[in-house]
Amino acid sequence: MKVGIIRFPGSNCDEDAYHAVVDHLDAHAVFLWHKDHDLQGADLVILPGGFSYGDYLRAGAIARFSPIMREVVAHAERGAPVLAICNGFQIACEAGLLPGALLRNAQLRFVCDQVHLRVESIATRFSTRYHIGQVIRIPVAHGDGRYTADGDTIARLEGEGRVVFRYVDAAGHVTHEANPNASLRNIAGIVNDRGNVLGMMPHPERATDIRLGSADGLPLLHSIADALLTGVNA
Amino acid sequence: MTTTVQPRPGDPEITPALIKEHGITPGEYERVVAMLGRTPTLTEVGIVSALWSEHCFYKHSRPLLRTLPTEAPWVLQGPGENAGVIAVKDGLAVAFKIESHNHPSAVEPYQGAATGVGGILRDVFTMGARPVALLNSLRFGPLSSSRVRYLFAGVVKGIGDYGNCVGVPTVGGEVVFDPSYEGNPLVNAMCVGVLREEELIRAVAEGVGNPIIAVGARTGRDGIHGASFASEDLSEASEAKRPRVQVGDPFTEKLLLEASLELIRSGHIVAIQDMGAAGLTSSSAEMAARGDVGVTIDVTKVPVRETGMTPYEILLSESQERMLVVAHKGREDAVREILERWDLEAAVIGEVIAEPVYRVTEGDRVVAEFPGTRLVTDCPTYTIEARESTTLAAARALDPHGVAPLAEEADPIWTLERLLSSPTIAIKAWVWRQYDSMVRTSTIVGPGSDAAVIRLRGTDAGVAMCIDGNGRYVALDPLVGGRIAVCEAARNVACAGARPRAITNNLNFGNPTKPEVYFQLANAVAGMGEACRVLETPVTGGNVSLYNENPQGAIHPTPTVGMVGVLDSLDHVTPTAFQRAGDHIVLLGDNTAELGASEYLQRIHGLTIGAPPACDPAVERRLIDALLDAIASGLVRSAHDCSDGGLAVALAEKSVVRREQPFGFAVDLTAWADLPLRALLFGEAQGRVVTTTTNPDALIALMQRHGVPAQVIGEVTDASSGVEFVIGAVSARSPLEPLARAFHDTIPGIMDGGTPAELAVATSHAPTTD
Repeated sequence: MKVGIIRFPGSNCDEDAYHAVVDHLDAHAVFLWHKDHDLQGADLVILPGGFSYGDYLRAGAIARFSPIMREVVAHAERGAPVLAICNGFQIACEAGLLPGALLRNAQLRFVCDQVHLRVESIATRFSTRYHIGQVIRIPVAHGDGRYTADGDTIARLEGEGRVVFRYVDAAGHVTHEANPNASLRNIAGIVNDRGNVLGMMPHPERATDIRLGSADGLPLLHSIADALLTGVNA
Repeated sequence: MTTTVQPRPGDPEITPALIKEHGITPGEYERVVAMLGRTPTLTEVGIVSALWSEHCFYKHSRPLLRTLPTEAPWVLQGPGENAGVIAVKDGLAVAFKIESHNHPSAVEPYQGAATGVGGILRDVFTMGARPVALLNSLRFGPLSSSRVRYLFAGVVKGIGDYGNCVGVPTVGGEVVFDPSYEGNPLVNAMCVGVLREEELIRAVAEGVGNPIIAVGARTGRDGIHGASFASEDLSEASEAKRPRVQVGDPFTEKLLLEASLELIRSGHIVAIQDMGAAGLTSSSAEMAARGDVGVTIDVTKVPVRETGMTPYEILLSESQERMLVVAHKGREDAVREILERWDLEAAVIGEVIAEPVYRVTEGDRVVAEFPGTRLVTDCPTYTIEARESTTLAAARALDPHGVAPLAEEADPIWTLERLLSSPTIAIKAWVWRQYDSMVRTSTIVGPGSDAAVIRLRGTDAGVAMCIDGNGRYVALDPLVGGRIAVCEAARNVACAGARPRAITNNLNFGNPTKPEVYFQLANAVAGMGEACRVLETPVTGGNVSLYNENPQGAIHPTPTVGMVGVLDSLDHVTPTAFQRAGDHIVLLGDNTAELGASEYLQRIHGLTIGAPPACDPAVERRLIDALLDAIASGLVRSAHDCSDGGLAVALAEKSVVRREQPFGFAVDLTAWADLPLRALLFGEAQGRVVTTTTNPDALIALMQRHGVPAQVIGEVTDASSGVEFVIGAVSARSPLEPLARAFHDTIPGIMDGGTPAELAVATSHAPTTD
């Protein structure tokens, strides 16, 4: 399994993503420079967190025009997996890989914390190793993480089971207090209609070792590896 | 080659008024004239004003700083460089440094704090180290003031936005609120970086003919005279100097960080230094002086972001995110190629020359020239007559036990809640939730513990770090206060399971030309030196911030200590919080009748009086050695030192710090029933650590071998049991929730509205009808 991690100017979770896949999966990983035109045969593409182009103008708005993004979009259109984390999620929305947008957190402040997520769907290639309704702990760290979309889009996401993770309290209840940024319907992560692009604000790559506070991100990585091994194209 | 230096057309005449405006004393001016053998040009006056400022040259503190210990076998780089460096393990080393941005933050909190973070990051990565952690030490006036809330919120956001964007976790620090900082907030930022020993690079210019290259952002008119601004008292006029505060761009910083590390590892360069305070002037003059070489710089080659800038402005600009590089001759294109990859500019602006001069040209015209390295070495230093303030000496002489308790204090739980809701003691989660503390996935212990711990990837080792200081102690007794600052920092690092190794210090004081302030500075430095020698934690660098005064007076003298320690194994990481009901609570060290200079007196009675607690570094050393031995032996399940608020607050913090997983406790302090109750519970006797263990006999036996007093004082209970103190005939009990509320809700309550914690404290003690 080969993982391509896109490196934009201002990416800063690129190395964390690298260690998460290389240290925990039977995988090797390469960094792909934003000015490049080649994914070097990567099976999985990760759009990592950070502040691409300083988040100037609008988070992700400049990065989507990077040369490498044309290849990422083509990769996604082939049905191959893309994991878009935090700033990567913002870029994926700007690039049209995922519906909706990420607004400034309702508190107008950056928020870094361990939060609880409820696994809403295990029918994606990113979540087969979880069980439905499972409550996991994954950190968030963002200033613009408030997911929003128009009513039709939200209805489709919900109706088609494409909301993969939702912010909940420790007991698994969807509450206002458990929502760190006031995302619509506590949405923390979604997939595209084909199910091969996952965008999420929380950082699974930071939850790979109990000594860091949680290892609940590992099943997500293993789910992707399972899918690639068995050639699933769900 | 002979050159003549002449004023530029249009330069004003050099008058005593102009010299004074530049903060140069008549005596210093005479020295400049003698050095040059002529009247300086305006450009030269500007250069001298920056380099001979307190901020750049430490002219009032240098003789004192020389008394500090700076060496140990593990110190690879001591003071005088961009940052200190110590060896850790397996060829890995750690670079670290603290720096203040007090003055800019007082007038423009967001940018002032943000650029402070930017500067300290550059100091660390210019040593060849990758920054892995940031910490900060902040002090403000009381949060009841809207101006203070504005400064507090702005500083925190500035720190967060900068560090978060660059991708370096902010893992710890301290925030203190005290009326003495109302007009002068303190913003000290510390950075820790990791490097391999062979990657260490020093900012020493060498090699005649080697090009000097300006790298990174373009030079603009921002921040001109920032260094001299930081070397005067704040006043009404300071607000007008807001344009002297620089504006930060963390995105460019991130690019500069990556490009600089790549440059250093490429072998194309000889030296690299941040253009920090006093910008191009100080970076070029300092690198030349360290290498004892001459340099020449042509300001017309410096990339500028606006037209019409004079040599004076280009030399003194403090535009951010710029570096000065000395490259190997012939490698200019290779250097440029690396920078272009990161979308950054590089321009050759000068070269290292054999002739012993510091020369600045504007095209063919020489606008400034100083002989040899005298610009850097000739600044006079000052030793002022030290005289203790009679007011502070009198305040120290007051007996805190003579302060009549309030009626409410009959219930010690009331006092405990008041202390837990003191913004200085209350948890600072409101602050650190705005900081990315986890990026780089190496944060083993983040904010909210005695010290943070970062793992060193590829090894089992970790680095612990903290910042500590207590201005009230230093105000009331600078010698003792200086000792305590170092000892407390060492204790905190040891509580996390690490051996304290070295410090960086930030000396925040008032106007040093006043004998009362100089007395504080001299004695605090002496106290720190004593403690550093005994603890074997040399000073590897730091920063001095003087003139922290405003029309209302000076700040409490506040040396802050950034301590770095090493854990040989991450198995030794020891948490602050209680871990399991049934564990025994063992107090290391002894309780005393001391109550002076305490947070209790300030919070409950509004008093800063009495002598601070005694501090014997030899006793602290024994405690630390014993604690680390116990931790390595697997005998310690949690450890937390007693500081602000004393023993009762330390116990309560261990109970409620993890709000989602709290514990109760039951302690019996009858052994100390003869001590005044409030001193026992809230006094701040030094050298104490509250530990928990499953094996109290073994722990106490180990402590006895080290000559450290230790005693079982109680046990950890379930949260539902609440807290219980028994002291002879006196007992006090409380459910956990009001204590947890006081500790957790205070700062959000003040900053975000809702129910202020003050009110919560008041209502929880109101008579109830059910």
